[in-house]
Amino acid sequence: MSGAHASQHPALQHHFDNLDQQFEASTLGMWLFLVTEILFFGGLFTAYLVYRIAYPEAFADASHHLNIVLGGTNTAVLIGSSLTMAMAVYAAQLGRRNTQVIFLVATMALGLVFLGIKAVEYSHKFEEHLVPGINFVFEGRDPIHSQLFFSLYFVMTSLHALHMIVGIGIMTVLTVMAWRGRFTKAYHTPVEVSGLYWHFVDIVWIFLFPLLYLIDRHGPVH
Amino acid sequence: MTDHASLVGALNGGHMQGEKHLVPLRVYFTVFGILMVLTGLTVSASFMDLGPFNTVVALVIAVTKMLLVVLYFMHVRYSSRLTWAVIGAGFFWLALLLLMTLADYVTRGVGWLHYG
Repeated sequence: MSGAHASQHPALQHHFDNLDQQFEASTLGMWLFLVTEILFFGGLFTAYLVYRIAYPEAFADASHHLNIVLGGTNTAVLIGSSLTMAMAVYAAQLGRRNTQVIFLVATMALGLVFLGIKAVEYSHKFEEHLVPGINFVFEGRDPIHSQLFFSLYFVMTSLHALHMIVGIGIMTVLTVMAWRGRFTKAYHTPVEVSGLYWHFVDIVWIFLFPLLYLIDRHGPVH
Repeated sequence: MTDHASLVGALNGGHMQGEKHLVPLRVYFTVFGILMVLTGLTVSASFMDLGPFNTVVALVIAVTKMLLVVLYFMHVRYSSRLTWAVIGAGFFWLALLLLMTLADYVTRGVGWLHYG
């Protein structure tokens, strides 16, 4: 570790011994942020769990109004975007500029497809009068608490979508940096760290999809 | 400086110098394939009436998918023990949040949550 400053990389901050240490500190810092995100979304998942146990019929009836085809397609799109993100990090680790740019753009494109499909789903909810507070007409066993399901649906999915929008913003910056050849074999920490964020957002959806769309679907429609 | 560096090195289980692991591409493709198969599986399972096990099956599949993403796409399998400790602490706190909240609500007896 000594003598690290002898041939200093321009990206090395003065308070780190070497790029490896800087990389380790950055990924650890990102994980600390992601832990706060786990608890942030965890609060919403807890609220969902409590109310689902309290009003099972209302949640089952409401869940039947979500579109499994669109939700499932979005799951596949997001998993695909996680793969392209992993490929972008891989290209960065090898210092391949063009491949990196291609996979970053592909990740953003898939992210936009996800948001587009989500927008279609939201507009269907408006047409079907399933927007709590503003436009809610519901025929079911327990309409008031079905409204609660849709409140949670909109808060959780829109917060998730907000994270996607932020992710696409981050990746726009990354793409420009990659295009300018800022990342090399020795230094590509921003790509790795942004990848962690993107995969985290994917994981949130991996739980949202079954909990909101799937687990009450086997029962009869009321 | 040297002491600090060796401390960080020790915390990382000596996993420090130039060991940014390059995961083989076939691992990424395999993980992607398994994630897609599991997505198909969870959708088809949701149309079968498994009673309380619908939720169990969905959550087991979701947790499996999460572990695959965390371990391989997020490189945690190849990360330092310090990173493992931070992630472990995060999930521990999430478990506290869920379990202690439920420990309250599900022990309130009949008619819980129907205030007033």
